[in-house]
Amino acid sequence: MNTMLIVFLKEVRENLRDRRTLGSALLFGPLIGPFIFALMMNTVITRELNKADQPLRIPVIGAQYAPNLIDALKQEGLIPRPPVANPEAAVRDQDADVVLRIPSDFDKSWRKGEASQVEMIYDSSQRETGGSIDRLRHMLETYSRRQGAMRLVARGLSPTMMAPVSVDDRDQSTPQSRAGQLFSILPYFFVLAVFMGGMYLAIDLTAGERERQSLEPLFANPVPRWKVLLGKLGAICVFSLASLTISVVGFGVCGRIIPAEKLGMTLNLGPAFALQVVLIMLPLVILLASLQTLVAAFAKSYREAQTYLSLLMMVPALPSVLLSVLPIKVAPWMFTVPLLGQQVGITQLLRGGELTSMQISTCVTCGLVVAVLATLVTAAVYRSERLAISA
Amino acid sequence: MIEVRDLYKHFGDVKAVDGVSFVARDGEITGLLGPNGAGKTTTLRMLYTLMNPDRGQVLVDGIDAARDAQAVRRQLGVLPDARGLYKRLTARENIEYFARLQGMEHALIQARREQLIKALEMEDIADRRTEGFSQGQRVKTAIARALVHDPKNVILDEPTNGLDVMATRSLRQFMRRLKGEGRCVLFSSHIMQEVAALCDRIVVIAHGRVVADETPDALRAQTGQLNLEDAFVKIIGSDEGLAA
Ligand SMILES: Nc1ncnc2c1ncn2[C@@H]1O[C@H](COP(=O)(O)OP(=O)(O)OP(=O)(O)O)[C@@H](O)[C@H]1O
Ligand SMILES: [Mg+2]
Repeated sequence: MNTMLIVFLKEVRENLRDRRTLGSALLFGPLIGPFIFALMMNTVITRELNKADQPLRIPVIGAQYAPNLIDALKQEGLIPRPPVANPEAAVRDQDADVVLRIPSDFDKSWRKGEASQVEMIYDSSQRETGGSIDRLRHMLETYSRRQGAMRLVARGLSPTMMAPVSVDDRDQSTPQSRAGQLFSILPYFFVLAVFMGGMYLAIDLTAGERERQSLEPLFANPVPRWKVLLGKLGAICVFSLASLTISVVGFGVCGRIIPAEKLGMTLNLGPAFALQVVLIMLPLVILLASLQTLVAAFAKSYREAQTYLSLLMMVPALPSVLLSVLPIKVAPWMFTVPLLGQQVGITQLLRGGELTSMQISTCVTCGLVVAVLATLVTAAVYRSERLAISA
Repeated sequence: MIEVRDLYKHFGDVKAVDGVSFVARDGEITGLLGPNGAGKTTTLRMLYTLMNPDRGQVLVDGIDAARDAQAVRRQLGVLPDARGLYKRLTARENIEYFARLQGMEHALIQARREQLIKALEMEDIADRRTEGFSQGQRVKTAIARALVHDPKNVILDEPTNGLDVMATRSLRQFMRRLKGEGRCVLFSSHIMQEVAALCDRIVVIAHGRVVADETPDALRAQTGQLNLEDAFVKIIGSDEGLAA
């Protein structure tokens, strides 16, 4: 039987017997993504739905000075709460999102046909209050515009005099593209699944074997080391591929049970999405297996390898973070860079776009080239005399 | 047959092996005796091609290790200094893994494996996972997997290390059996009684050099000491590290 296959089968068999490896490779690693995603979506949806449906409860100071205004606001969904003594403190302490204050001379100015003033007291540095402030402002402006129009009509003028320019919103974002914006972290979860799927194996098969003193006897067998390496890489790849598959399926399930349409979004995480993700992630599976093995080969001990790899795990997050923070335009060259290409590609799929076969093949080919280079470097390190010696 | 010609291996300033030559013949047990740090493990590592010598030549059954390392390894059964097993595999599975790597046929693997399990008296542990094995059980498993392909030449680095009296006795018995089968047996030790009791030929090394290469009797005669222990001390020039 072929050496690579022998090594591969033994490593798979041995690691299938290890609970910790299985837990991290097939449970924790792949499912952490869907889990966080579901949690995130759930929070967002619950919050948005609550905000939109619930009446706006806001303390109103001086409601008695403007009964007509208050009546109109009530129609729009405002429930005035009793006035607070110190509105500035109330918004700072987050006792109220916003406080409406109507001065005592409101009615006097109103009768004169002058601009009557109202005050909105709020703290814009409190994130959660944005919705309430906007809703109240919108209600007030609507009321103001309506009353203004009625005054013009009363004087025999057309209300359009007051609105020489009318603006119509035509937002080109689709529900999918808005979802894609929100989920730019999602591609990282797939990389994470691949990484976690192979990590314990990669450490165990090189740093672990050396630490347990079984690498030296292994290399005393009449087989070339690169074949042993390829067998081991194969085992790592199989575990990380399994992890990726579980993750993709997990996201598929999430996509079905999360009521994203309530936000006006569509989650396209079905089989077509899953297949394309697995396809463009394939080079990363090999690349990460090689890199993890390389790091484990340099580490002096199992623990050291674990530390290094935990740091290495942060690197794939970079494209995700950069692309979600910086307004970088997607360019064709991005598909040639491993990790970045996958990030851009998966985001594009999430936004409801298609991947052209050109983009897919660029992504896969360039990824494979880099993966082969990484494997060659790892093989060179495997040839070194020091590798097998644990001292 | 294993021939070593003028072998050198330095690690920085440490002259681990500094001009070692000897021959280990078929049908004989050759002992590599030396105190701690003498360079025994390093010499053996160059024999089974884990390390490349700085200078010198290694020939196993006439094959040059520098030319065809893989062919040399095929001629060898090795119990290295590091003898870690795969904890999550049983003793049988450990043996079978190495047998497969040797390219053996399934039927032959079965036969040789059972033969060795019997010879090493490890039937009771053969189907246990090796996690938690005692020193002796580990050594037995490591020897079985090293010899499963029926090698002509056997290299054992301190094989009795950590074994109790009974286990040591049965291991010596086993080594005599290997010799009786016509194999070339080369082992290292820092225990002189062991070497004296077993060897047809003794190669004494100290500080990376061969300081004696004789039969036990010739060694006694050469140093004029009746007691082998005194003979060794005299050869090495001090009694460092030669405690039994
Ligand atoms: N990989 C290495 N790197 C640096 N120095 C080494 C290495 N291997 C061995 N040495 C040094 O070479 C010398 C010989 O070591 P070696 O392990 O061959 O001795 P030994 O005869 O097997 O000793 P022992 O009886 O303790 O096993 C020692 O001084 C050791 O520190
Ligand atoms: Mg040693």
